[in-house]
Amino acid sequence: MTRRRAALIVRTVILATLIALLEIGCRTGLVDPLTVLAPSDMVAAMIGQLRSGELDASIITTFSTITIAFLLAVVLGMAIGALIHRVSRLRDVADPLLASYYSVPTFIFYPLLVALLGLGKAPLVLLGILSATPAVVIGTLSGLDSVAPVLTKLARVHRLSSARTLRWVVLPAALPHLFTGFKLALSYALIGVIAGEFILSGTGLGYAISFAYQSFDNRAMYGAMLFVLLVAVIANGILYVWEGRLARRRSRG
Amino acid sequence: MTDLSLDNAQKLAVRRRVRALDAIVFTLLMLALWQAIGSWTRGVAISPPLQTLVYLGGLLGTSMFWDDAAATLEAFLLAFVLSALIGLVLGLLLGIRRFAGEVAEPILAGFYTIPKVTLYPVVLLLFGLGMSAKVAFGVMHGLVPMTLFTLGAVRNLPPVLVRTARVLRLSPGRTMRWVLVPACLPDIVNGLRISFSLSLLGVLIGEMFSSQRGLGFLLVNGMAQNNVPLSTAVVTVIVMIAIAANALMLRVGRRFARRTDEQPDRQR
Repeated sequence: MTRRRAALIVRTVILATLIALLEIGCRTGLVDPLTVLAPSDMVAAMIGQLRSGELDASIITTFSTITIAFLLAVVLGMAIGALIHRVSRLRDVADPLLASYYSVPTFIFYPLLVALLGLGKAPLVLLGILSATPAVVIGTLSGLDSVAPVLTKLARVHRLSSARTLRWVVLPAALPHLFTGFKLALSYALIGVIAGEFILSGTGLGYAISFAYQSFDNRAMYGAMLFVLLVAVIANGILYVWEGRLARRRSRG
Repeated sequence: MTDLSLDNAQKLAVRRRVRALDAIVFTLLMLALWQAIGSWTRGVAISPPLQTLVYLGGLLGTSMFWDDAAATLEAFLLAFVLSALIGLVLGLLLGIRRFAGEVAEPILAGFYTIPKVTLYPVVLLLFGLGMSAKVAFGVMHGLVPMTLFTLGAVRNLPPVLVRTARVLRLSPGRTMRWVLVPACLPDIVNGLRISFSLSLLGVLIGEMFSSQRGLGFLLVNGMAQNNVPLSTAVVTVIVMIAIAANALMLRVGRRFARRTDEQPDRQR
């Protein structure tokens, strides 16, 4: 524990030093302010944008798209996972597919999706679903695989209905793996949606960044960028800590 | 006993045949779906499989395609080799130096999950438009998984290996070459596999956002010019290359994994 704390302190010091160096470099003119903004200016730009409300519409669009994509991916992924788990023939077909799914850059389908569904929320949601669902499927499969046979037998001995078995036995036992799947799915949906907005879109945070880049508005660009990165890091951090807690609670029994 | 194992072998053979059949059925279903979307939209968004294949055949004969493919390949290979080498050395170092590994791992893992696209403008501002920006962006995607996989592999090694190297007074370089790399080979191949697909993704996204050459550019350009067969054909090529490379590396990785598993038995 002390070792972990020491690592945390060293890590914080390193990151703080890097930020301070960048700040000094920008202030002394070593770093071209047209290339990289000083960190304090980035923060100021972000706060200014959030205060003025110019990002509000983009924030709402982007996060609603990510939420819809994520929820649909969770529902779809769990359904597919449960189905594949039950039918072993499907499993044989699905395993190699799942193993190689993430080697295909799903993102390149995005232009085709735009052509298919028009520019708007629909292709972004679909892109998010395409990148997030397999993670949920994989998580569901390994979760269901990890349910010890003795647990399901116990449920049968107690004559639990299948719904109650699912609620009280299978879900708690599979939860850690499921959670890992959800965590990955959220970050994939986030990456997919923001990348889509960035490359080809008319709304959203990704679009705001690429628009600011193309109109040479560095302040707006770095402000929005910092906001997106902060949200991503905080969301992932919360899930990471939560996941660790789940795993620890489980190992305690 | 022999009867039983024969029976087992037969069952396995049957199962393998069923599996092959199912794979073919699945492929046909996907092709049918592709065809259905193509004809349902009357080729406005996606051109149907056969038409795409014919177009692709023609495309492969043009020098324009090969120019773009070469540009992508050059950027990708540079990005992949850089990610693999730097990631390997970094992962080995962070794996041996446990404390440094503990310090660095959360930073790397955090970087792995953020949407790196948002950083592409910074890369463009730093490197300027062109090859180096694409390569840098590819490395940003490919470096971290390679490092994390190698780091994890070294950390999970039996400590006796590292201690033996120390007893034999191997230099750090020779420890890596003769002890760590061979012992971690399966994980290294897995890291290479992930790093391969992510650096490809990085390069393609770079090309799609702003570039005048490359397959990513060709794809977006096909879209912009309403040339549906072109964009569909480019997507098809990229997907096929990615799947083939991944399958190859999966196979190599499995072979190494089997070899490392077998070795202790052989010594006994």
